[in-house]
Order: sequence, then C-alpha cells, then structure tokens
Amino acid sequence: MKRIEGAARPTTVHIKVDGQTVAAFEGECLAVALAAAGHRHLRDSPHRGTPRGAFCMMGVCQECLVTCDDVKVTSCSTPVRDGMRISLGRAP
Amino acid sequence: MSRIEPMRASTDLLVVGAGPAGIAAATQAAELGLAVEIVDDSIMPGGQVYRTAPPGLPARDSSPDSRKGDTLRRALAGTGARFRGATRIWFAAPGFTVAGVGPQGPITWSPRAILAASGTTERVIPVPGVTLPGVVGLAGATILLKTHQALPGARTVVAGAGPLLIAVAAGIIKSGGSVAAIVDLASRGDWLSRLPAMLNRTDLLRQGMDWLRLIRRARVPYYRRHGVRRVIGEDAVTAVEIAPVGADGAMRADSAGRRIDCDALAIGHGLVPATELTRLLGAAHDYDQTAGGWIPRLGADQQTSVEGLFAAGDGTGISGADAAVLAGRLAALAAARHLGRLSEAALEQRARPIRRDLARARRFGAAMGALMALRNGLAAQITPETIVCRCEDITRAEIDEAAASGVRTLNQLKSAIRCGMGPCQGRMCGDAAATLIASASRTDRSAVGQWTARAPIRPVQLADMVGEYDYDDIPKPPPAPA
Repeated sequence: MKRIEGAARPTTVHIKVDGQTVAAFEGECLAVALAAAGHRHLRDSPHRGTPRGAFCMMGVCQECLVTCDDVKVTSCSTPVRDGMRISLGRAP
Repeated sequence: MSRIEPMRASTDLLVVGAGPAGIAAATQAAELGLAVEIVDDSIMPGGQVYRTAPPGLPARDSSPDSRKGDTLRRALAGTGARFRGATRIWFAAPGFTVAGVGPQGPITWSPRAILAASGTTERVIPVPGVTLPGVVGLAGATILLKTHQALPGARTVVAGAGPLLIAVAAGIIKSGGSVAAIVDLASRGDWLSRLPAMLNRTDLLRQGMDWLRLIRRARVPYYRRHGVRRVIGEDAVTAVEIAPVGADGAMRADSAGRRIDCDALAIGHGLVPATELTRLLGAAHDYDQTAGGWIPRLGADQQTSVEGLFAAGDGTGISGADAAVLAGRLAALAAARHLGRLSEAALEQRARPIRRDLARARRFGAAMGALMALRNGLAAQITPETIVCRCEDITRAEIDEAAASGVRTLNQLKSAIRCGMGPCQGRMCGDAAATLIASASRTDRSAVGQWTARAPIRPVQLADMVGEYDYDDIPKPPPAPA
C-alpha cells in the first residue's frame, strides 16, 4: 500500500510501532500508515507462521489484526490517533 | 468500577447496513413516519459503492458515484432516521432482540421489524501465495482508493472478474499509480454478450468506456481469458505468474505461464451476498450461482420467510446499486405495511412503479453480476498445498482428505478440520470450500449447505458483550449461617 501523492492530508501525528516512533496522519487508515512505515507484513498466521497483511480492507478477513493499546483491532478499519501504541503479531 | 448497562434503543424499524439499499429504505421508512435506526460498521453511510472519506479527511474529487452517494446521504440526513456509524451487530434473535457495539459501547434494540441490507463480501478463490502481504481484494482496492487515498502498491497487477477490474485499474491510473497488467478471466465476447442489457444504462456504459480509454492511453497490458496461477514472494508480493484460462476459469496445467513483476496484486472473483443476519434469524435461503451464492427467499416486496424481517440490496443477490436503492424503498413500504402504517391499497399504489423500475434496474445489475458469478473451473484447479482457509491455515489437500473420509456439508467440514472456524467465520473460504466438497462428493452446492450462523456474527470484545464490571458488581447470595 502506498499513499497517493499530492492528496491533501490532515495533521501529522506520531504512533509507536513495536517501540519505534512513526509519523502518520490523524484519522488515516492505520493499515495505510503502517504500510507507509514499511510494515505490510503485520502478523504471522497462527499454525503455519506464513506472513499476512491487510487483505479485504473492510474488516471481514481479520488478516490485518494488530494490537493497539492492548486491544486487538483490524488495522484496515481503525483510524490513526496520536500516541497509539501498536504491536505487530510477527515472530521476532 | 460500576457495571455499564447496554444502551437500549426502541425503534419501529432497524435497518442493518447503510449502503444504497439501507439508506434508501431508512429514508423511505422515516418519511412514512416510522421510528427508524440505521447502523453500519463504517463511520459514514454509503456502503462499499458510495464510500466517502471519513470526517476530517478531505473528500476525493467528485464523480458520478460520489454525487449519487452524496444525494442518498443528504436525503437520509433530512429525515428523522437515526444513523449509528462504527456500530457492529453481533447478535439477533427472533422477536426481535438485536445487540451491537458502537463507539459508546454496547447497544440492544427491540425493533418491531428488521431490514437486512448487509451487502456483500468479496470472493477470492485462492491460488498459491495469495496470502502474501501486498495482495488485496479488488473491492479492498476500491476502498483504498475511495476512502484512504492510497494505492495497493507502486506497481499493481489487477486480476479477476467483473466491472471492478476496470474500475480499480482506472482508479489507480487516475491517482497517479501504475498498473502492471489487467488479468481478466472474461473474454471480449463475454463482455460483449452483456451489452444488450447495458444499453439501457448509457450513463454507466459511458463511465465504463471512459475507464477503458484511460487504461488504453496508459498502455496497460490487458490479458483477456487469463488468470493468476501463483503469487511469488517471500515476505510480500514481488511478482505474479499468469496463464490462459478456459471459459470456466480453469487453466491447463501444461500451458506456459508469464511472469509479471509487481509489488501488489488486487484480485477478486466476484461478490458473495452477506447473509449472516438473515441466517441467524432463521430465514429460508436458496443457492443461486448467478446471483452470487446463497440468498434469502423473498416475497414480491422483499419479505423474507420470517415475519417482520425484510431484506434488500446485493445481500439478496448481486444486482447493483441502482436496483438496491429501489429494492430498499420497496422493502421499507412493505415494512410500513407490516407495522400498520400503510394500508394494502396505499402499499399497492406506491409499490407498483417501484417494482417496474426495479425489474429494469435488475436487468443491468444482473448482467454485471453474471460476469462475477463463480466459475466452476476456478476452485477445481486449486493446488493441494494452497491455503484455502486463511484463519486456520487449512489447505486444499486437508479439505479433500476430509471429503474422502465422508464430509458432505460445510458444517461437517468445520467440525472435522476447523475449516471456517477462525475469526473471519468462514467468510473468506466458504465459497471455495463448499465448491471443493460438492465436487469431491459429486453433489451440487445446495446439498453442501451454508455455515450455520452463530452469534457473535462479527468478532467483538468480550467486554463489549457483557459490559464492564468487577467482583463487587456480581450479585452474591449471603453466606449460609455458621
């Protein structure tokens, strides 16, 4: 995923992704903000450990689940807020 | 902490889903004087087709779709119907009791009638590597473009079937992105055979022509009667391999493939009606492959087999946004009749012109829908090692093995090997898994059945279901005397 260049963006905010500070835009889709920070691979599948990322973009497939402030959320349907703490479900 | 009681909302009609059908229905019902609530997962009404940017984000350029969506939203806002966004329904029982979770916490409704306008989910018949990051659904790609001002990638292959192919490819080009190739299961003849039904919708035909012109001008390679054989990459997509297919979508194993480098794949094989609410409430359904799959059995004015439960829009069979608006209105009239707000004569008088327009709108919508219907050869060629159930990592080989050991229905498959038991609740794999079982046991899809719908029909936090409380809030009988 890649932000469309030249599209107007609201305020820049900062979120933490696995401890690293990342700039994002207030209200933008969390999955897009994560991809822009280089995180398309959001989690590993539970049994075979294959890499997964945002897929359906409508909150159905659950592939884009990340932990946001200690609660599991679908990143495709979660708007970015300043100070969010995200942890990805990837094997270290 | 004190216990948070769910908010209770009393209403005549609860409309579930705020796409074109739901918005039109809520507007019509409110205009007839019914107390109406309309809920949707999304923050804003519009559904997938008329999606708009969330509040605070600048809206994209105006288009025929965005204008139609704005008109519907304005009409809804002008009525007394109450819209609840970012609200997820997870439970419903006959009678009716409905439970959901919104931004303010749990809500329960006791509506006198329900209108299911739940729309669709996207069908993606799996190929090896389709679970790699960088692969998105075609419908997902439209959401990225319309709502999130994002492209699937720097260089995207757009693959699958139906009008979304050219809509997504044109959308990417318009947004300054690059389309590596369009890979269409249909031939030119498949498209042309739909032309007669499209001719009475010159506006939509013109839009399609504009998109194709844009695609041609960008010199995007267009592979007709081709499919994706596999997606290549380690941690994310780096290329796809495509190959020619037959009319049923099947590839010959020995045909030469072509490799296309890309960093994203948008792939979709049509839309599947979302029926979990009507299933949960016990309505009768029938399998109709050209309509998209299982659909609720409806009366002339959108009544399901359950008294007081109505359904409209693509969730009742794929026929497009214009048909959805008309069906929504018709369902609202029928609901108003059911609730005693309209006489039989008044219903007839208002419904007659809508029924006529609806029949016409459905001709166009159904022609587009037929392009997106499941092609039998697609599931047949899934390779043994391909993951079919994403949530539980279940492969085709495991499904075949279950079928060989006697599994004959989707529900048996779920019990036997957990296929469809993960957090997506079988929405992503159900169509492919059911087709595989049907072909293994040489029956048809209707014999394989649907997943039994069970609450919660959407994933919710446990705290949202039970409310928040601690030990002191639990009623405890006094201790027995010593």
